[in-house]
Amino acid sequence: MQLILESLFNGVAIGSVLLVAALGLAIVFGLMGVINLAHGELMMLGAYSTYITQLIFKQVSFLKPFYDSYVIVALGIAFLVSGTIGILLERTVLRRLYGSPLETLLATWGVSLILQQFVRSVPLAYGSGLVIAIFFGLFSPLFISDDLLHGARGKLIRASTWGFSALLGVATGGVLSSLVSKLSRASARNVDVTAPSWMRGGIDFLGITFPKTRLLIILITLISVLVVIFFLDKTAWGMRIRAVTQNRPMSDCLGISTETVDIITFGIGSGLAGVAGVAVSLLGSVGPNVGGNYIVGCFMVVVLGGVGNLLGTILASFSIGIMTDLIGAGRLLTIWPDMPSPLYSTIDFFATTSMARVMIFALIVIFLQFRPTGMFPQKGRMVES
Amino acid sequence: MSIFSTKKSWINLTIWVLIIALIISAPSVLPVFRLNLLGRYLSLAIVALGVDLIWGYTGMLSLGQGIFFALGGYCAAMFLQLNSAGEFPNGIPEFFGLYGVEKLPFFWEPFKSSIFTLISIWLLPAIIAGLLGYLVFRNRIKGVYFSILTQAALLVFFNFFNGQQKLINGTNGLKTDVTQLFGQMVGSEIMQRWFFWISAVLVILAWFFARWIVRDRFGNILIGIRDDEARVRFTGYNPVIFKTIIFSIAGGLAGISGALYTVQSGIVSPQFMTVPFSIEMVIWVAVGGRGTLLGAILGAVFINYAKSLVSEALPASWMFIQGGLFILVVTALPEGVLGWIRKDGLRKLLFLIGINKKLETYPSLEVNEQGEVKG
Repeated sequence: MQLILESLFNGVAIGSVLLVAALGLAIVFGLMGVINLAHGELMMLGAYSTYITQLIFKQVSFLKPFYDSYVIVALGIAFLVSGTIGILLERTVLRRLYGSPLETLLATWGVSLILQQFVRSVPLAYGSGLVIAIFFGLFSPLFISDDLLHGARGKLIRASTWGFSALLGVATGGVLSSLVSKLSRASARNVDVTAPSWMRGGIDFLGITFPKTRLLIILITLISVLVVIFFLDKTAWGMRIRAVTQNRPMSDCLGISTETVDIITFGIGSGLAGVAGVAVSLLGSVGPNVGGNYIVGCFMVVVLGGVGNLLGTILASFSIGIMTDLIGAGRLLTIWPDMPSPLYSTIDFFATTSMARVMIFALIVIFLQFRPTGMFPQKGRMVES
Repeated sequence: MSIFSTKKSWINLTIWVLIIALIISAPSVLPVFRLNLLGRYLSLAIVALGVDLIWGYTGMLSLGQGIFFALGGYCAAMFLQLNSAGEFPNGIPEFFGLYGVEKLPFFWEPFKSSIFTLISIWLLPAIIAGLLGYLVFRNRIKGVYFSILTQAALLVFFNFFNGQQKLINGTNGLKTDVTQLFGQMVGSEIMQRWFFWISAVLVILAWFFARWIVRDRFGNILIGIRDDEARVRFTGYNPVIFKTIIFSIAGGLAGISGALYTVQSGIVSPQFMTVPFSIEMVIWVAVGGRGTLLGAILGAVFINYAKSLVSEALPASWMFIQGGLFILVVTALPEGVLGWIRKDGLRKLLFLIGINKKLETYPSLEVNEQGEVKG
């Protein structure tokens, strides 16, 4: 009983990291058919945001008393950072490529390479400055009245907001690099995020120790999922997003601005990647390649769960998580020690993390033989769905 | 149309003359290190041809060609190791001893024979590609799902090969440098020159082979699948068969390429199965021009050569350049360089910078509905 409970907890913990990472991917893929290979790098940006937030809280004197709560602030910052970069990506590159998913796949791979090299060769302080510049450049026109943005004067105003944002970015970069010396040099080395004291250790329950970081990650996942479900089901924009996911041309005809829907969805999807990045940064060290470890798992979740279905995504990530733990940690052998020997040796052969992946992929391929479009396929009457 | 085809053949002829001249002159001009690099890149051109067949012609973007590439490499490397293992204990390659393996695993047994190896280098990857492809295509999994699945398959193979020390030396891979072939060290200069020639000849043969595949009705079906698979199915053809065959052929080409690359780089390791490498193969084809077999060869050779030159001079900048190349080629140059040249790109460019006058023509004849210039 205890064993099963522990295994279940581990599986849910693995699955919840996958889930929060795959959630954004699933929404974006469902809506736009865009395969975002840069999703892992957006996670990486989220992880680095956590690291930067932590350093700022450590170094800046008036923030020091609140050091223990930096993780919560980091969640918001990571969401904004990844969301901003995601929106920039959508506006500049993906916009030109709708309707050709394979091309978006290649382009986003290019973006992911650039982002990886960016965090290696640009000092993090100036990197943050750049993100801030992009953030204000993209969003400040929203707060200016529409009348001012027309014609030649509008162009001038737009240009000046970008100029202002750039100045702001440079200033932030300068201030950050003088405040926090660790951020002023570029480094390709992995960095570590230290959890605040209240997150260390574990909670004992029924004779099992549940690590607090894992519990927090499960909590973050739970909240993200609930917020996303609330947003999609209860708000006006959520309804528009669902409408466009179901039938883009028809929604367009009915007056929904698909362009805005795309931007919002991509922003939220990328922001969720940032949140996932925070979770990942609590589990291990943060490096330029941290996202790459998760990306294929996320895609498997999307494929297994079916497109555009949150329930499928949730079930798929938890089942992959639990399977990973059952197979990879060799728990089946502990739970059922006297199984017949050929089965025993087979399971023993797969009882490592990497071999568990081999096994799970094989299982997914077998599953897709019976349900080619995942657990919960999108219904439609088209030949090409 | 006739003007178009002569123009196209002129461009092709020019490029072929350049390639042949390059290949013939290279051994006497280049130092052996550079020659070896060029030989490696020529062998990579063969896998690029395969990618062009499945992506450029059939529209299936495989991100897992590294599997078949590495399999070919492992076949070749194991043959070399087995045949140079005489002085090691038990007469099996040295690394087995490190993990306490005393008897050769049974599936390596046939690789002592050279004929078996020469066949298995392309047949084994082709069979595995065919099986994998059949399982995927049978369920009408296509588009990005296919790409994701191939990528996942790649990762699985990577993990498998990385973890199996006792069977294939795991993450260390198999070295071929110090093995013997025909009484010569494989890593020696003479052998490397030979491998360069073999790669060059095989690239040309592979091009003829690929050309032969796509020029007839079979090629038309492939293009039909790319453009509208449902219509091909409704016309009475079964796309699954054609897709499986072409995927299997691409796998075989990848295997040959991997074997040649292995003997020239001196090692095969699970690194050949990493995700970035397989995506890079796609970008060679995309830059060269998808659906133009020659473009795949040119793309593979030139991008890799540029990579090695840039990485030597400015190591950090290559990732930026490569990333930019990915974005640029899909947004601005979807036809690739060769496709762009064939579509009158050069003249348009000259016109843009004001060197050449635009030819006076009848726009209604030359421009189709979308305003693109025909031909």
